[in-house]
Amino acid sequence: MSQKSVLFDAPGPRARRRIAVGNVVGTLVVLGIAALVAVALANRGQFAADLWSPIFTTSAWQDYFIPGLQNTLRAAGYAVVGAVVFGLIFGSGRLARVGAVRWLSGVVVEFFRAVPVLLMMVFFWLLFGYNRISDDPAFLAVVIALILYNGSVIAELVRAGVGNLPKGQSEAGLAVGLTGGQVLRSIQLPQALIAMLPALVSQLVVVLKDTALGQIITYNELLRAAQIFGNGNSNNLQTLTIAALIFIIINWALTAVARWLSRYLSGRTSGATATGPGIGNPTAVAGKPGGPGNAIAATGDPSAT
Amino acid sequence: MGDFLSQFGELFAAYDVPGAFWVNIQLTFWAAIFSLILGTVLALMRISPIASLQWAGATYVNILRNTPLTVIMTFLFLAVWTQLQISLSDDFAQNFFRFGVIGLTVYHAAFVCESIRSGVNTVPLGQAEAARAIGLSFLPAARLIILPQAFRGAIAPLGNTLIALLKNSTVVVAVSVSTETSTLMREMIESNANFIYAIFMIFAIGFAVLVIPIGLLTTFLSNRLAVRR
Amino acid sequence: MRTRHAGAATLAALTALTLAACGGGEVGGGGDEETGGSGGDETIKIGIKYDQPGLGYQDGSEYTGFDTDVARYVAEKLGYSEDQIEWVEAPSANRETMLQTGQVDMIFATYSITDERKEQVAFAGPYFIAGQDLLVAEDNTDITGPNDLEGKNLCSVTGSTSAQRIKDEYATGVQLVERPSYVECVTALTAGQVDAVTTDDIILAGLAAQDANKGKVKVVGNPFSEENYGVGLPQDNDTCEDVNAAITEMIEDGSWEEAVTANTEGTGYTPNADLNPPTPDACA
Repeated sequence: MSQKSVLFDAPGPRARRRIAVGNVVGTLVVLGIAALVAVALANRGQFAADLWSPIFTTSAWQDYFIPGLQNTLRAAGYAVVGAVVFGLIFGSGRLARVGAVRWLSGVVVEFFRAVPVLLMMVFFWLLFGYNRISDDPAFLAVVIALILYNGSVIAELVRAGVGNLPKGQSEAGLAVGLTGGQVLRSIQLPQALIAMLPALVSQLVVVLKDTALGQIITYNELLRAAQIFGNGNSNNLQTLTIAALIFIIINWALTAVARWLSRYLSGRTSGATATGPGIGNPTAVAGKPGGPGNAIAATGDPSAT
Repeated sequence: MGDFLSQFGELFAAYDVPGAFWVNIQLTFWAAIFSLILGTVLALMRISPIASLQWAGATYVNILRNTPLTVIMTFLFLAVWTQLQISLSDDFAQNFFRFGVIGLTVYHAAFVCESIRSGVNTVPLGQAEAARAIGLSFLPAARLIILPQAFRGAIAPLGNTLIALLKNSTVVVAVSVSTETSTLMREMIESNANFIYAIFMIFAIGFAVLVIPIGLLTTFLSNRLAVRR
Repeated sequence: MRTRHAGAATLAALTALTLAACGGGEVGGGGDEETGGSGGDETIKIGIKYDQPGLGYQDGSEYTGFDTDVARYVAEKLGYSEDQIEWVEAPSANRETMLQTGQVDMIFATYSITDERKEQVAFAGPYFIAGQDLLVAEDNTDITGPNDLEGKNLCSVTGSTSAQRIKDEYATGVQLVERPSYVECVTALTAGQVDAVTTDDIILAGLAAQDANKGKVKVVGNPFSEENYGVGLPQDNDTCEDVNAAITEMIEDGSWEEAVTANTEGTGYTPNADLNPPTPDACA
């Protein structure tokens, strides 16, 4: 890795010695901090067997972690499908030829990107509850809030994806006699969607993480299941750790899939594939693919929400 | 209508809405500064020649970026405050506010790091080669040549991270900060359910008013400061 | 053409994920299956606490505690057998909302009858009278009542009135922290980060008796309020009288006494005999 970088010369014997020393020191510092925390936690009895053993029982997984994970995935699944539909509608809306449609779509997208997801969840939860819209207002609130926010992000991805296609694509379409709408549907959107796929998978990470906000409005997702289980055994910290590990592993895998897709698909569309959706303004992220030969670092994917 | 307005006026006289927004703004302000510092350090680690630092930086980013912010906040309360007994102030409100800042900082630093790395990507290869050619070693090259250009190229993703940070500052409710906007909105709706739409719109518009200028400013700055190539 | 395949594959994968995830999970075990029991298909949704040993506690797929015992008795008198009860967790902060919104039909969750709450929901009962008290570390001798909390750290659950009452009426200089559950509060207490946890004595007794806390904490035993535990009902209910009749019957036939004893065994707790058993108030 290091010898390929262009940021520093290939290290000579002295530099290599210094790097070796740096490696040892760096490793020691990292391990030292970890050990310090571990010792402090051990002193507080946080590794005691009776705090951990309840987690490794059938009931813990059958009654808490797995149903919780199911609820997390269920909310995330509905939210992703809904967000893609929402994104396609409003993303196309922002590219429409009618000014009013463009304007309206713009307002909707900008508004829902600006409002915190938690605020939307709390609002919809209370709203659905008061109006008795659903038996499970917490679930519906989580899904709708995630659709509105992530759908708006995807709408921007659609717009950016189409905007990043070479102009020749639409010109060629118009030249063979297609109408503007036909060019969008049969030439631009399909290519933009391919370019978007990695970003879409990254967005799935965002959705999964945000389902955890459902805990605050009492949606029984993974984090809340872990909390309820922890309450029964006075081991909230330990169950939280397990829930965190599950989240990290799933999201890590999804991030890897996104990276792989991005590599696999680059060059298969005339648009640039972006690994990351960006949070507010994907145009800027996708619109600035580094020039050729920029091997300094891998592309970042700032998929924070 | 007049009746509605006067009741609505009373409602906002009874609750300190600007105060709640002010809490979120303060949280965002401090967390933005600290996560910019931490994120820059992480980015330097990830592009440094020392493998253990690269590994540590990458591991940090991969773990923090993939953990829900709610989990980080709850972890701060249960592990750092309760078990490790680290208090940041004798005053509870201050203490949990500072934990809120820390939670926001460690989470968003991962995204700042990735933004800066994407900024580094916009720096042409020739710049780095030229820096090496004139004999600069890694840190001087990074400080004098790479990072100044990388920051200018990273303004757009950094701006997005700032917007995310402002919105995420509502999640500090999970570390017992009870004066911020999402808590106040919930309190207000629960005791004034007939104003639910109006209350939500006030908070939503409040955030839009804060977020949209940041977005515009970022776009303006990134166009203005982008290194022309 | 490979492009299209990859795209289709990814979309298929996303769809598969969605479909696989379609069935929701029932957190806390399958004890509350909605499939009808032997009687009618009607079910009744009862809100209880899941994290209060001795009162409302979820143990795998079992639900135990005094609140659940009263709930079962009342539900039976209303014509619902045990397998027609759908238990729902009702955290303190959400009780009014859950009733107003029809997420539950009734709530047995250490729910004190207050005038403020009566503006939003209706109550049957009371079926028990507890008193607010303090839980402190076993070796703590300087906190004997709420007035001693000046300058101390106090923990309670989100949305509960008990902590605010201490701040308003007894010790204005007390520092409050609110958590989603009492268990997190007690953990903070045993770790020494807060000086006291406050809520009703019977709840504190149940927490003190948990394995993890035995010998580490004690109930101060100086109750300074009367908490009338009522059955939370929606304001437009037609069951209040029936619930009250069931509670009276439970007290008269001895099941009430039995339930109290069974659920407070070993905690060294005895309910205030002057106030218990209570007489249900007239329905509004």
